[in-house]
Amino acid sequence: MSTTTDAANKVSSAKQANVVAHFIRWFFYRARGDSPFKTILIHATLIVACIIAVYPVLRVVTISLRPNDTLLTTDLRIIPENATLDNYKEVLFGNPERNRKSDFFLWLWNSLSIVSITSVLSVILAAISAYAFSRFKFPGRSAGLIFLLTTQMIPAGMLLLPLFIMIAKLKMINTPLGLLIAYAVTAVPLTIWTLKGYYDTIPVDLEEAAMIDGANRFTVFTNIILPLSTPALAIAFLFSFMGGWSEYLVARVILQKNEAFTWPLGIFTYAQQFTVSWGQFSAASVMIAIPVMILFLYSSKWLISGLTLGSVKG
Amino acid sequence: MASVTYKNVYKRFGDVIAVNNLDIEVDDKEFLVLVGPSGCGKTTALRCLAGLEEISDGEILIGDRVVNDVAPKDRDIAMVFQSYALYPHLSVYDNMAFGLKLRKVPKEDIKRRVNEAADILGIRDLLDRKPRQLSGGQRQRVAVGRAIVREPKVFLFDEPLSNLDAKLRVAMRAEISKLHQRLQTTFIYVTHDQIEAMTMATRIAVINKGILQQLDTPQNLYDRPNNIFVAGFIGSPAMNFFPGKLRKDGGKLVVDTGDFSVTIPDKHAKVYESHAGKDIIFGIRPENIHDADFIPPNIEAEKVAVKVDVTELMGNEIFLYLISGKNTFVSRVDPRSKLRVGQQAQVAFDMDSVHIFDAETEEAIR
Ligand SMILES: Nc1ncnc2c1ncn2[C@@H]1O[C@H](COP(=O)(O)OP(=O)(O)OP(=O)(O)O)[C@@H](O)[C@H]1O
Ligand SMILES: [Mg+2]
Repeated sequence: MSTTTDAANKVSSAKQANVVAHFIRWFFYRARGDSPFKTILIHATLIVACIIAVYPVLRVVTISLRPNDTLLTTDLRIIPENATLDNYKEVLFGNPERNRKSDFFLWLWNSLSIVSITSVLSVILAAISAYAFSRFKFPGRSAGLIFLLTTQMIPAGMLLLPLFIMIAKLKMINTPLGLLIAYAVTAVPLTIWTLKGYYDTIPVDLEEAAMIDGANRFTVFTNIILPLSTPALAIAFLFSFMGGWSEYLVARVILQKNEAFTWPLGIFTYAQQFTVSWGQFSAASVMIAIPVMILFLYSSKWLISGLTLGSVKG
Repeated sequence: MASVTYKNVYKRFGDVIAVNNLDIEVDDKEFLVLVGPSGCGKTTALRCLAGLEEISDGEILIGDRVVNDVAPKDRDIAMVFQSYALYPHLSVYDNMAFGLKLRKVPKEDIKRRVNEAADILGIRDLLDRKPRQLSGGQRQRVAVGRAIVREPKVFLFDEPLSNLDAKLRVAMRAEISKLHQRLQTTFIYVTHDQIEAMTMATRIAVINKGILQQLDTPQNLYDRPNNIFVAGFIGSPAMNFFPGKLRKDGGKLVVDTGDFSVTIPDKHAKVYESHAGKDIIFGIRPENIHDADFIPPNIEAEKVAVKVDVTELMGNEIFLYLISGKNTFVSRVDPRSKLRVGQQAQVAFDMDSVHIFDAETEEAIR
C-alpha cells in the first residue's frame, strides 16, 4: 500500500520537476538576449501592477458574494465564507419579502439604448463631417478643427450647468432624448478628429479613380471611404460607447426619475440615506461590467489595429 | 472613340502656371503621348481632361462636346493612374466591375466584359485576389483592365509603367501598343520617358514649363525638332550642341565653334544664309558622328580633330565621349572602331543631318 503511494508521489514530484524545468527553459527562451536579472525585474513589476489593477475588481466580486452587507473585514479570501448568490437574485428579481421590486433591467435597458444610439449617431455625424474636414477646403476649416479640439479641454463638470439649462429649455429633462443629446455633443468632436486623421491616410487617387469610374461624392464616400475606414469607425464607436456607458455626472443632472435612470444612477439607489446595500451594489456592478468586457474582448483585435493605424500606413 | 481638343487651355495654381495656353487636337483613334521633364504640367493637362482639375481658362472638347463643366463620371473616359489606385478592399473582379456596377450595367454583361478584359490581359486567375496580394506588374494589368471594361471613348494613362522594373516596362510597352491596335480607341498617355513616347505614340506632344513645344509624329520630332528643347529632349544619348557663329567663307557657309569649323554643303546652305554672321547653336546627333575610318557611303562628311575621353562598348555599337577644345560631346560609332581612350583622332560629321538653331530664340532655322 505504502509503496504504491510512494511511487505515486515520486511520479508526481518527477512531473513537477519536469514542469518547473520546462517553465525555466521557456522563461529563458522568452528572455533570450536580455539579462535574466532584468527579465525577472520586468516580470515582477508587471505582476505587481496586475495585482494592483485586478485586486479592487476582485474585492467587488467578493463583496457581492457575501451574505450580509459587510464592507470591511480582515478576511482576504476572494470567495468568502458562506458565499451566496442572494445579492444577485435580489438585484435581478427584487425581494418580495421586503416588498422591493427590481429596476435593474430597466436601468440596463435605458443605458444600453441611450449609449448605443448616442454612439451610432455620433459616429454617423462624425464620419460625415470628418470627411468634409479631410477633403474639402472651405473657409473656417482649420479654425473649426481647432475649436473642436478645444471643446475637449473643458472639464465635464464645467459644462454641467449650461448643459442642464439648455436641456431644460428644450424641455427634455428626465427624457432619454435629453441625455442622448448631451452625450452626442460631447462625443462628436473627438470622433471627428479620430476619423479625419484616418481619412487623411487614404490616398485621394482612389477617390479620383472612383469618380472617373462613375461615382459621385456620395457614392465615393459610401463605396470607398467607409469600407476602407471600418477599423477607425469601430474604434470611434467603441470610444463613444465606453465614454457613455459609465457616465454618472451628466446623467445625474438630467435624469431625476427612477424610471429614466441609467445604471450608474440606478445602482446608487442601493445606497440610501442610512443603509447601504453594498452586496447588491457590488452584484449589480459585476453584472454591468460583463457586457462591456465582452464588447471589449470581441473588438480588441480592431482596437489594437485601430490604435496603430496611423503608423502602419506611414 | 472620339477626338479630343484642348483650346487655349490654362491651368494656374496660384502663381504657378502648370498648363500654359495648350492647344492640341487629338484625332479619333490616335495614340497621343504627352512627354516632358518632371513638373512640366503633363499630369495636370491630363487631369484637366479627366475633369479632376478645373481649368482656369480655355475649352476642352471630347468629340464635339465642350466638357468644361461636365463631371468626370460623365465624360466617358477611363484613366490608369501612376499609383494604379486599385480599391484595396475589393477583389480584382470587383475592382474591374466597380464602374459598371455604378452604371447599372446588367450583371451578365459585367461578367462577360470583366472576363473578356481579364483574358486579354492574362489575369483570369487573379480575379478573386485582393490588390495587396498582387505583384506590381499584375496590379498594373488590373488597372488597365479596369479601364478596358468600361469601353470608354478615351483612355488616359498617367505614367502607368514608371513603377515597373526595366524588363517588364519594355514588355508592357508592347502590350499597351497592341491594346491600342485592338481597341481602336483614342489613347492619351503621359510619360517623362522619351523612349516610351517614341515607341508607342502615333503623335507626340512635347511640353516644357506648361508650354507645348512641338506636336508631331515621332519620326518628324526626331528628324526636324522645332527648337533646342525638343532636339535635346528627344533621342538618347541626347543631341550634341555647340555654340558658334555662322559665317560666309569664299561663297561657302561655315559653322565656326571656335574650336573647329565645318562647312555646310551647298544644297543645305540656302535655308541658313539669312543667319550668316549671327550667333547660332549647332546641333548634331551622336549617330551622325562617325569614326573617320568607317564613314558610311554617300554622306557629306566633314572631319574634325578630337581627343577620345571615354569609350563605352555596347556590343552592337560604341559610345565615344570626345573632346574638342572646350567642347565635349558624344558619338555613336561603328563597333569595329579602333579608337581608344586618350587617342587623338578624326571623326566625321554627317553634314546632311545637322540642326542649326538661332542662339537667341533657340528656334530651329528653317
Ligand atoms: N494641386 C496643386 N497645387 C499647386 N501646384 C500644383 C498642383 N498640382 C501641380 N502643381 C504644380 O504644377 C506643375 C505641374 O505639375 P504636374 O504634376 O502636372 O507635373 P508633371 O509634368 O506631371 O511632372 P511629373 O513628371 O513629375 O509627374 C508643377 O510645378 C507642380 O508643382
Ligand atoms: Mg505627373
